[in-house]
Amino acid sequence: MPDATVPAVEMRGIVKRFPGVLANDHVDLTVRAGEIHALLGENGAGKTTLMNILYGIYHPDEGEIFVKGQRVHIRSPRDAIRLGIGMVHQQFRLVPSHTVLENVVLGLPGNFFFPERAARRRVQEFAQQYGLHVDPDARIWQLSAGEQQRVEIIKALYRGADILILDEPTSMLTPREIEELMSIVRRMADEGHTVVFITHKLDEVFAVSDRVTVLRQGRVIATRETAHTDKRELARLMVGRDVLFRLEKHPVAIGSTALEVQDLHVRNDRGLPAVRGVSFSIAAGEILGIAGVAGNGQRELVEALAGLRPVEKGRVLLNGEDVTNRSPRALVQRGVCYVPGERIVGTVPNLSVAENLILKTYDQAPVCRGIFLDSRSVASHADSLIEQYAVATPSRETPLKLLSGGNIQRTILARETSGEPTLLMAAHPTSGLDVGATEYIRQVLLSQREKGTAILLVSEDLEEILQLSDRIAVMYNGELMGILPADQADLETIGMMMAGVHRTP
Amino acid sequence: MNSLPRIRLEKRLDTPRWLGIATPVFSVLAALLVIALIFGLLGVNPLIAYARIFTGAFGSLYGLSETVTKAIPLMLAGVGLAVAFRTRVYNIGAEGQLLIGAICATGVALFVPGIPDGLRLPAMFGAGALGGALWALIPAVLKARLRIDEVLTSLMTVYIASELVNHLVYGPWKGPGEWGFPYTDKFPLAAQIPRIGITRVHYPTLILALLAAVLAYILVQRTRWGFEIRVTGENPEAARYAGMNYLRTVMLVMALSGALAGIAGVGEVAGIHYRLRYPQGISPGYGFTAIIVAWLARLNPLGVILTSLLIGGLLVGGDAIQLAMGLPSATVYLFNGMILLFVLGGDLFTRYRIRMEFPGRTVVTPVRLEQEEVG
Repeated sequence: MPDATVPAVEMRGIVKRFPGVLANDHVDLTVRAGEIHALLGENGAGKTTLMNILYGIYHPDEGEIFVKGQRVHIRSPRDAIRLGIGMVHQQFRLVPSHTVLENVVLGLPGNFFFPERAARRRVQEFAQQYGLHVDPDARIWQLSAGEQQRVEIIKALYRGADILILDEPTSMLTPREIEELMSIVRRMADEGHTVVFITHKLDEVFAVSDRVTVLRQGRVIATRETAHTDKRELARLMVGRDVLFRLEKHPVAIGSTALEVQDLHVRNDRGLPAVRGVSFSIAAGEILGIAGVAGNGQRELVEALAGLRPVEKGRVLLNGEDVTNRSPRALVQRGVCYVPGERIVGTVPNLSVAENLILKTYDQAPVCRGIFLDSRSVASHADSLIEQYAVATPSRETPLKLLSGGNIQRTILARETSGEPTLLMAAHPTSGLDVGATEYIRQVLLSQREKGTAILLVSEDLEEILQLSDRIAVMYNGELMGILPADQADLETIGMMMAGVHRTP
Repeated sequence: MNSLPRIRLEKRLDTPRWLGIATPVFSVLAALLVIALIFGLLGVNPLIAYARIFTGAFGSLYGLSETVTKAIPLMLAGVGLAVAFRTRVYNIGAEGQLLIGAICATGVALFVPGIPDGLRLPAMFGAGALGGALWALIPAVLKARLRIDEVLTSLMTVYIASELVNHLVYGPWKGPGEWGFPYTDKFPLAAQIPRIGITRVHYPTLILALLAAVLAYILVQRTRWGFEIRVTGENPEAARYAGMNYLRTVMLVMALSGALAGIAGVGEVAGIHYRLRYPQGISPGYGFTAIIVAWLARLNPLGVILTSLLIGGLLVGGDAIQLAMGLPSATVYLFNGMILLFVLGGDLFTRYRIRMEFPGRTVVTPVRLEQEEVG
């Protein structure tokens, strides 16, 4: 058992500079042995940088690190592993075509022959001890995100980690998988492991942690016992101001039907039916929220409506016009705007903010004259959108990839909503964003609704769906389980529908 | 106790502008340094060798004119490749497109009667450009329609083009007046590109090459097609999302690079040799060397003007030292290979910064910590 009086990790006065950014500004952090310590902060607050320093990926410019009371100099992840520190990154580092066992053992020294029996035995022990259930012979590509994460945790434990860093571990998981992860984390802490849990979600702090340290702009703002704080206080500490948890949603006169989808059938990348006979309509000035666990056909549905995926059967009507299987270009010209679920799809990271803002209007006046782009018009277009949507960027010429996730999403939203969209589709628009950016994005969606845009909102975040939608549909296994007016929807009903129970209105 | 400094790579968020220029310069210098070592092993004083290369290429009017002559096909093909590579379309077949351009020009020069003298050369350039473009569209269509990797297919089209030239000059097009050599007959005067004085600089082709560089730069930076090219090259998925036509963009850049390589082929047969001959006699691999020219220019069409002159100079200077210092004929390939290697390798420095780290003296290293725990 760990000695409770000696902290598992103590970081003192850590400073880390990146070009133009002070990522960690004299950070002090104490993690007690055997506790679950949440590291809370918005994107760019310096949480991951701090933990990458502890794991030996980055080196602090200043500061001292003590592990189990000993002052140490961690020069690489190998040093960190030797000290009993393990880290599960947001992006998994597994070999997709290898099996679970092979990935667990990969890179360990001293194994000329594959230590299959020993590895299998220990993986099974972990499964029993912590609930880390995963088939040791499955290949990584066959596993869900949650299972892959378990493999990463097993990898760390296999290497003898008793201090485990989890970097935004829930960002790729379904609600059910999140539940399972939380219970695994708790069991590990019960067995004496120390866990650092990086997150920007307040709910998770309360669900799992013993103590929480809030970071903002590279500095430690406060450390609290989780039991002695509340959501409002943490949100204020994290954002630096009071955060509205209720958005103003004004009643809007519903207009004529903007989008009508009739008996739509779409296949996924593997050629299997993904959308199976979906019908619905959205009126101008209305938000239809589609809830459901990701992977139930939402993505294929939205892509088909954006012209990016062929419709196999059924019809799509836009303001009464049949636009089934029209090209993305034709749909863009008819005012179909789309905020994709993966930000990389909708942006060109190496091009400037200004160029990303004209991604869809580059061939239309005034940006384009004849065959030439009018650089002055591109610049003024960019400047006005940057101001209007408060995109925090050093300049319009800055490559988009240098912006934070929230500002990249603002840029996308600026581009997609600045015209007069007939139909706006937003998939997981706030996923991975911090509280401040989330609030802003949701306000933009509501103001679009007031301007009379028909909005299709796809989200896994039920709170978001309930907060924004006028009507709520639940998608399960490629079908709609029913459509409810928002005032009749409650978590329980929607939860049932998400699990595949039909409901007829 | 581990006391060696560690070298670490840290990803750069942004590439400073000066690095974009410094990297190719230092890459070339590094390549020259390695080659100097090899020269030393061969018993040749590298300083003397480099001096000879420099004077051979740039030190005399003759050398200079030869450098420009060799830069012409490199510039034409290099500009096209720079645009294609920007789109992440890896056309490795410029050599074949050049040969097809040469075949088409020869066909118009020798076998199409009834063209007025003043239109003979423009018709040959047109035919060469068209031929090169169509030839390049073979891998383009295979890539865009069937997702077949263009690196392999475009390379394979080189060998087909090369054998086609062989077939023609040994077979149907073999000139009766050529004493059994694998040549076609000599082009009539109206089908010969004029040169500057006694040099071999066929200046109309040079003007076309310079024009191509400037227009390609404007195309990429200032037009809507250029925007499509840059978006497609940086993120094809975003291009599709924005409603850009991937098929059309790939075909456009392949046709463009093929057309420019084809024009280079016209210049070689109509400006230098005045006849179609066996493939190696037309081009000593200009289409491949142009790949180096394009990368060395960091895929900037204007930069290609400079880098084609530099590599052209190396070809001329390399020839000079082969003769004068008795070096093997592979010397020029050595230069090409080394420079490409270092230019591609040097790209690393624009994306990463290198850090040297020395272990501290005052801190306990984890290795020692472990020992203490054990002890």
